[in-house]
Amino acid sequence: MKSLLLNGCEAAAEAAIAAGCRFYAGYPITPQNRFPEYMSFRLPQSGGVFLQAESELAAINMVFGAAAAGARALTSSSSPGISLKQEGISYLAGCELPAVIINMNRAGPGLGDVTPSQSDYFQSTRGGGHGDYRTIVLAPWSVQEIYDFTYLAFDLADRYRNPVLILSDGMVAQLLEPVHPRNGMKKLPQKKWALTGCRGRKPNSIKSLFLTPGVLETHNWKLARKYERMEKREVRWESYLCEKMELLIVSFGICARIAREAMEQARREGLRVGLFRPITLWPFPYRQLKSCLEKVSKVLVVELNLGQMLDDVKIASGGHSRIFFYGRPGGGVPTPEEILKEIKKK
Amino acid sequence: MKALFTRPRSLTSNVMIYCPGCGHGLVHRLVAEVIDELGLRERTIGVAPVGCAVLAYNYWNFDVTEAAHGRPPAVATGIKRVLPDRLVFTYQGDGDLAAIGTAEIIHAAARGEKISVIFVNNAVYGMTRGQMAPTTPLGLKTTTTPSGRDPDLHGYPIRVCELLTSLEGVCYLERVAVDSVPGILKARQAIRKTFTYQLENRGFSLVELLCSCPTNWKMTPSQAMKWIGQEMVKWFPPGVYKDVDSTNQG
Amino acid sequence: MKIIVDPERCKGCQLCLENCPNQVFQLSSAFNLSGYHYVEVVAEERCSGCRRCVIICPDVAIELYQEKKKKAVPTKGEK
Repeated sequence: MKSLLLNGCEAAAEAAIAAGCRFYAGYPITPQNRFPEYMSFRLPQSGGVFLQAESELAAINMVFGAAAAGARALTSSSSPGISLKQEGISYLAGCELPAVIINMNRAGPGLGDVTPSQSDYFQSTRGGGHGDYRTIVLAPWSVQEIYDFTYLAFDLADRYRNPVLILSDGMVAQLLEPVHPRNGMKKLPQKKWALTGCRGRKPNSIKSLFLTPGVLETHNWKLARKYERMEKREVRWESYLCEKMELLIVSFGICARIAREAMEQARREGLRVGLFRPITLWPFPYRQLKSCLEKVSKVLVVELNLGQMLDDVKIASGGHSRIFFYGRPGGGVPTPEEILKEIKKK
Repeated sequence: MKALFTRPRSLTSNVMIYCPGCGHGLVHRLVAEVIDELGLRERTIGVAPVGCAVLAYNYWNFDVTEAAHGRPPAVATGIKRVLPDRLVFTYQGDGDLAAIGTAEIIHAAARGEKISVIFVNNAVYGMTRGQMAPTTPLGLKTTTTPSGRDPDLHGYPIRVCELLTSLEGVCYLERVAVDSVPGILKARQAIRKTFTYQLENRGFSLVELLCSCPTNWKMTPSQAMKWIGQEMVKWFPPGVYKDVDSTNQG
Repeated sequence: MKIIVDPERCKGCQLCLENCPNQVFQLSSAFNLSGYHYVEVVAEERCSGCRRCVIICPDVAIELYQEKKKKAVPTKGEK
């Protein structure tokens, strides 16, 4: 298949369609308006349903309904909109419904502005809504990756019957890059639990309410075992030049891409710098990062926020590493040179 | 022996948790009876609310999902758009539909979403012990209006059928007082009509059922039934508010 | 007529009792497992089969049967 020139929103939309997504509901919000606009003509062309919802709450609950009916369903938004969707994400997790949610992270808090940010790391990796639940979180650093990860996200959502988040940002959303698309969808999994009308079977129900004493605890333990399986099987990461180094950069998403450029500049200047990039922010690659941390004396965590993944790096190190932090909140995006300057300071 | 009345197939044998004389049990049964009559049990997907009827999936013998508080119309939209040939309905109370879910119901109606809405109006939040609802009549004492609902402090009740009449996507709106045997029979006809219209792809339809909540009204079941017919109807007049088939529109 | 009240479904709301034109029911002095006094049939022979009780019962606690089989009357043309 030939390459396509797409921005991050269009790439994720194309990947969703290739993955068999047949339902999208969303609400306009910058910097991802291209997403609903693109879906509004592409999804009906592929036999799917596009809906512009009256609110983010309605959008995520429409996705809930489509998922309950057995369809591969998607919504996208940006930070303030994702906050509104948290109620629905909690219900999806509690009801064990598969769905994909894409966050083109913009800077907050509050209305903030529309510039790229990674300030929703905590919200994405710590549940976000109410209750004791987890969602797989994938962080792409290129248009090709948001394509690949969106495609993957539908499989993961169905495999675990759980919502899957893509934590991207306003920059990847608007980057224009070549994408190698995948061939059309393979056979989609059967969903015996879906609500399709009870012809030839007992009625199905979808619920997260368990009032009988002890039953909700049992349900939560069942979810916990599922989260353990995800932690065992779904950890994804990348490392660059992590042998014989003096300093290790830990960074994710678009920020890691900028940091890689800084790393290469540093290497050209003879500084032995490596880069570790978590791809799944949950489950976090604690073990893999730990073995890298053991080989280095200094660690520099770089994020587009005030230090959120930093907590996970500290957990991975168990207090044994010298960890420095360079962060840019509120929509600030560092240049490779600015990161290089931080590297040289350490 | 010829059965004059037995439990409809679309109801399970589970005993409903509702209080004695509660209108929910009646409406659950009417929905089940109509679905049986129309032969739709295996093609139906219901959406249960948050509120007293949250456990409706234990009582209906067909596919049912829960929905977050106020969101049933959005959930039903997702289901119906994916499975357009199924009967999809929401079952909602007054708090769910007319307070926390006001946006969802109005926009589902405005889109002409081909779903049916069974709206149970009993003037209070039943499950949480009888607080003021968006449909609490002025003067009524509730656990959050201990001196009675005062318009200066608490505003006025919302009349949902009247509110929705202006929306073009709506094909049928009727309010029925479930206060007597004739009222119950009328309610069944209205439920049948909302389902029939959906199957005919006519658009969004809603039946508002004035139902009793003896526990929170602090009345006997019999007094509560009478209060619907004597007091509640003054605030919420029964009638057909919109019917695409009728020239006599409200 | 054969009227069967399920004492475990009945919550003693007495709507059937109050809507019955023929005083077929009364409230039992005994309790069911949920602690409700339940309605019992005391005069089945008075039942006219009007179905008011089964229509008004919120708990589907009553079943109603016609014991004698009526000869089928053609109803063609009738609605």
